[in-house]
Amino acid sequence: MPRRNDLHRILIVGSGPIVIGQACEFDYSGAQACKALRQDGYEVVLINSNPATIMTDPNLADRTYVEPLSLDYAAEVIRKERPDALLSTVGGQTGLNLSVALAEAGVLDKYGVELIGAKIDAIKKAEDRLLFKDAMRKIGLDLPQSQLVNSVEKGLEFANKIGYPVILRPSFTLGGTGGGIAYNREDLADILETGIDLSPVHEVLIEESVLGWKEFELEVMRDLADNAIIVCSIENFYPMGVHTGDSITVAPAQTLTDREYQMMRDGALACLREIGVDTGGSNVQFAINPENGRMIIIEMNPRVSRSSALASKATGFPIAKIAAKLAVGYRLDEIKNDITRKTPACFEPTIDYVVVKIPRWQFEKFPGSEPVLGTQMKSVGEVMAIGRTFKQALGKGMRSLETGKSDGATKYQDDLIEARLITPNPERLGYIRHAFARGYTEEQVRSLTSIDPWFLHQVREIVDVEHEVGQASACPTVTRDQALRYKRSGLSDTTLARAWNVSPLTVRARRKELGVTAVFNRVDTCAAEFESFTPYLYSSYESECEAAPSDRKKVMILGSGPNRIGQGIEFDYCCCHASFALQEFGVESIMVNCNPETVSTDYDTSDRLYFEPLTLEEVLNICDTEKPDGVIVQFGGQTPLTLALPLKTAGVPIIGTDPENIDLAEDRKRFGKLLDDLKIPAPANGSATKVDEACEVARSLGYPVLVRPSYVLGGRAMVIAYDEDTVRRYMQEAVIFSQDRPVLIDRFLEDATEVDVDALADSTGAVLIAGIMEHIEEAGVHSGDSSCVLPATSLAPETIATIRSYTERLARALNVIGLMNVQYAVKDGAVYVLEVNPRASRTVPYVSKATGVPLPKIAVGLMLGKKISDFTDATGVLSVPQYFVKSPVFPFNKFPGVDPALGPEMRSTGEVMGVGENFGEAFAKAQLSAGAPLPDKGRVFFSVNDRDKLAAAALARRFADLGFEIAATRGTADGIRKAGLPVKVVFKVNEGRPNAVDLLKAGSLDLVVYTGTTGAHAFADEKAIRRSAVSHRIPCITTMSGARAAVEAIASRRRDPVRVWSLQEIHAPAAETTVS
Amino acid sequence: MKPAVLALEDGTVFEGQSYGAPAERCGEVVFNTAITGYQEIFTDPSYAGQIVVLTNPQIGNYGANDSDNESRKAFIEGLVVREFSPLSSNWRSEETAREFLAGSGVPVVTGIDARALVRHLRSRGVMRGVLSAVSTSPAELIEKARNSPSMAGLDLATRVSTSERYEWNTPVAPCSPSQQLGEPSRPRFHVVAYDFGMKRNILRRLAHSGCRLTVVPAQTSAEDVLALKPDGIFLSNGPGDPEPLEYQVAQVRKLIGKAPIFGICLGHQIVGLAAGGKTYKLKFGHRGANHPVLNKTTGKVEITSHNHGFAVDPDSLNPSEVEITHMNLNDDTLEGFRLRNHPVFCVQYHPEAAPGPHDSHYLFGDFIKLMEKS
Repeated sequence: MPRRNDLHRILIVGSGPIVIGQACEFDYSGAQACKALRQDGYEVVLINSNPATIMTDPNLADRTYVEPLSLDYAAEVIRKERPDALLSTVGGQTGLNLSVALAEAGVLDKYGVELIGAKIDAIKKAEDRLLFKDAMRKIGLDLPQSQLVNSVEKGLEFANKIGYPVILRPSFTLGGTGGGIAYNREDLADILETGIDLSPVHEVLIEESVLGWKEFELEVMRDLADNAIIVCSIENFYPMGVHTGDSITVAPAQTLTDREYQMMRDGALACLREIGVDTGGSNVQFAINPENGRMIIIEMNPRVSRSSALASKATGFPIAKIAAKLAVGYRLDEIKNDITRKTPACFEPTIDYVVVKIPRWQFEKFPGSEPVLGTQMKSVGEVMAIGRTFKQALGKGMRSLETGKSDGATKYQDDLIEARLITPNPERLGYIRHAFARGYTEEQVRSLTSIDPWFLHQVREIVDVEHEVGQASACPTVTRDQALRYKRSGLSDTTLARAWNVSPLTVRARRKELGVTAVFNRVDTCAAEFESFTPYLYSSYESECEAAPSDRKKVMILGSGPNRIGQGIEFDYCCCHASFALQEFGVESIMVNCNPETVSTDYDTSDRLYFEPLTLEEVLNICDTEKPDGVIVQFGGQTPLTLALPLKTAGVPIIGTDPENIDLAEDRKRFGKLLDDLKIPAPANGSATKVDEACEVARSLGYPVLVRPSYVLGGRAMVIAYDEDTVRRYMQEAVIFSQDRPVLIDRFLEDATEVDVDALADSTGAVLIAGIMEHIEEAGVHSGDSSCVLPATSLAPETIATIRSYTERLARALNVIGLMNVQYAVKDGAVYVLEVNPRASRTVPYVSKATGVPLPKIAVGLMLGKKISDFTDATGVLSVPQYFVKSPVFPFNKFPGVDPALGPEMRSTGEVMGVGENFGEAFAKAQLSAGAPLPDKGRVFFSVNDRDKLAAAALARRFADLGFEIAATRGTADGIRKAGLPVKVVFKVNEGRPNAVDLLKAGSLDLVVYTGTTGAHAFADEKAIRRSAVSHRIPCITTMSGARAAVEAIASRRRDPVRVWSLQEIHAPAAETTVS
Repeated sequence: MKPAVLALEDGTVFEGQSYGAPAERCGEVVFNTAITGYQEIFTDPSYAGQIVVLTNPQIGNYGANDSDNESRKAFIEGLVVREFSPLSSNWRSEETAREFLAGSGVPVVTGIDARALVRHLRSRGVMRGVLSAVSTSPAELIEKARNSPSMAGLDLATRVSTSERYEWNTPVAPCSPSQQLGEPSRPRFHVVAYDFGMKRNILRRLAHSGCRLTVVPAQTSAEDVLALKPDGIFLSNGPGDPEPLEYQVAQVRKLIGKAPIFGICLGHQIVGLAAGGKTYKLKFGHRGANHPVLNKTTGKVEITSHNHGFAVDPDSLNPSEVEITHMNLNDDTLEGFRLRNHPVFCVQYHPEAAPGPHDSHYLFGDFIKLMEKS
């Protein structure tokens, strides 16, 4: 069965913004699908609201719609494009849900669009828990006892019957949102209430607990001819009870005999066939009782998933790419294996290494949330590591996390060992190691954790070797055999250095002297049975190096490591583009990264891929082998920047802006002097190391002040203080954070407009300003958490001119070659510099899409010595043909109990873009895409602090004009009433009942505008209102400027039709003239 | 840990640690790429005369148990792995894999760069080697490897075959309370199975499908087989080169047409020779559990388990008498055929799996159908 010729145009649905549970793995799968289908001659139309993705690049699809993934906008795309088919399986749960919605609303039938990949019936059978159970029973697969309930009473009744603990899983929610484990009646009632609420169909499955059972996943593929294969088996390090996205996982499965594995394989294939996924990849999860081998099926996903991305990277078998080909009619045996070139894709990859995935959490960003892991996914990113053995892979994985804790620097508390082992939490692995170091036996640790003895023994061996290093050897006298054994056990130079009390570079020199150097092995899908033609490499301390570096001109790109808040897909976008650009310029591209979700770690993206931790040791190993002509550090966010200076010192050629100048911009003193020299103003500032000193500095600057520790990322632990009490209280907490590093204090410019600028600069001093983005939230909200708009809507021409001039002067002063980002605050017409980052910023993909100018590509050209004028005739500031709003997406629904008010600490996980002919339209689309759709009518509730009372009255007027009813807390209501508007007074939480929270729960408020004290010291009742707004999915706006934007957006929704534009249409005339 | 050395006839030497019996063995060095099923590999008599390299770097993790044995003992000459687990973790485990191998006197070398060794064998072809946990003198071991017998022309099947005829009625047993195997069929057919190095799972599968089995030694004559009045005849897998098995080929030639015949692996090669075909040695063989085989009758692909160093040359078979039914999609080697004029069919790969996928279990059903028709 070759490709279907009856299909010509195929619509691919992406997965939208990065959220917990749905991250850039779907950019990887979507981008692969786009590429595969276009290579086959299909016309590809794409819809995805996330501008930071590679897949939404205008050259990946024929038409790219960065539009909301909602029924009406998707229907409009279909109406306009008339695709023949819709591929539903590469856009995660979001893509699948939207496909189902389109089918159920009759849109697909109306326009004759065929659903390919998974049919509606199959999706329903897999997703609907009742149908799934029936289907699995029919084919004889064992299941936990369970029942679907839609009320707390029914839930309690069933739980009494099967006994506690029980697992709760709301139907149709992402990443297990709203689920949990109930150990008693109280837990059950609590979780069930939320779960029923969060489930779009108001159903929750209550299930027999299989806590402590072994957990496995199989990645399965099937073609239209019913050929089916297993791509990869994965075993979870943590037993059942921890969401698989929050578990350390290992490929291949390590503790199953062949008979048990084949039983699971048979079950997975039977499941796939019974569900009726006729083409593509699926993921099937099983649990096994370690006592007697009873095996139950947990769930299956009839689409590519996070695990399939992991499996693709772990095996070299590109699941999404093949899934796309199968969806258009190919059979598995008609597709070649890219890596061996000779053998077909219809086989089961076998691997001769071990892969470990470790999640990355950021509970510290969400004070008030308990750092405990359960059935609801909490991690924001993950790393994957490949080693010849489990121990090597685990060691590399821990280093890849970049927590600074991987080498035993963290202090673990003896009295917490048992608690940390019993309850799954982010530090559990560290505590297991600590427990062994403190003499716990494997059996003791097993009984506390239920982790498989084989895994525990491996961890134990690592701890033992680490212990031995310090006892049995020293750097000058270590033998070759010893050093080789340590490295083969996965120990880093840093670990050895600590044991030997020398520097890591000394260790490096010593082991090289002994001939203990890293070699590189290939990921080849076949355990070396066939020759590999794809340089997809990992390091080891084996005997033979398979890297075979070329003698071409080559440049190495350092990636951004695991996704985390503040450093995510935007940087992967830049790295991938850097790679594409290098290839276009005839330079070999070498990618180094350790994040399995990304496009950058697709072996297809770069000429050569090193799947390695981004540590100095590992990067230097690669440099020793590859000897690159240049290394690019400015695209991967903070991760490569921290390596820039040490790499330069080690003689590695860094291209682009000099690392010294990157560093200068981060050094407050030196940078302050530079600004003085350039006569560019910045907010008055100072620093302090003592409480009293801080209060003194704050007093001399004048309140409010912005206080933060030095050397932090993503606005970590930053607050705005309006009085000395706050500063004093903060200092008492912050000093613990920053130890002897000073606390930085800036005069905070109240009600200033914040502006983000991305610019390109070349070696001749030419500067091109790519975008001047105006933030919608006022200064004080972290730039990553603020919506912003291109073009700026409220800046005067002279302000723009000032910004341009400052940016040019800064770029020249810092000798920027490539990209630069500057943050400004504009207050009363004056422009202040807040921050300069001489590197690619989070906004680069957004600006590239809004302007139609590929910034990373030009930046790479500049680093290779080209000039801006080689790429474009444009000078000054690039123009944008429409309004483009970028809005952040927050994970607050995953962290119940956390105050969702915006502040200087970044907490958004992703972003969306809205396009419109006017600001309101673009903003409305962005809000819709961000999952915070604004109401068309109803009641707006205001509760604002004194500073905002006047503005609130004016705003209320505009809402009233649009037909909204107004409600407010007493103080706010007074001001509104004075303005002559009818207003309903609502109690604050502590004033009586019914209060604002009651009204929210009752559904009688449709929009909340709530400003007040933000951050850690907000009053409990204010938090309660914001929190219940989040959990009841009522949009909650916490800044006045945000509220003003919302009014415009609502006005646009009333006025403007549902309309969509593809990026190709938007930039059609400009694309050819401005960029070569 | 004590050292152990693997020396190849071409002079290549790999040094590691000894982890099994303190012994020294020579054999043909071959590699298997299956991820699971080391115990089945250890006990597959087809590995007689071979030192096995496993590409999965973590071996021994789940220990060993009696019910996963494919024969009465470990038949591999020696084992080469990257890392061997000292402990076993599995509810079915009865002893550690190390104890299991030591009990059969099999030497093990761990800690060597198994991938480099596999790449070496892949490009140079399989070769003789000596695995020693006794001597560590490379020169001496290389010399021993060079003087050891070559696989080609060696009759190993007779050596590993049962010496006595025996009955087999045990079907497949589930490995978990959740495994659905279906009720074993009642024994309807009497099958005489030639043991050239029989794997037990073939017997279990045949018994499960409704066969009462009489297993006979490799040297049994056609007349003796027919005297047992079989409803069907089975030719098993086994080690080594099929060409020296002239006696067995001659018996099979006499049996063709007398009763339905089903052959697996070496059994397939014997049918090939009996049908007038030729066999040849593959450069590095097929050993693994992931080979795609195209069933030409249904057009579907089966993921199959393999263990063979020799193959039947499809061009040597007369197309008017032989229909090719299965081909390997990796390298276009012959994987199965049937005779057009007689109820005889055979496959090169292992439908009984153990280890490996169960995609080809239907072949046992095909054998039953063939007997039903006859």
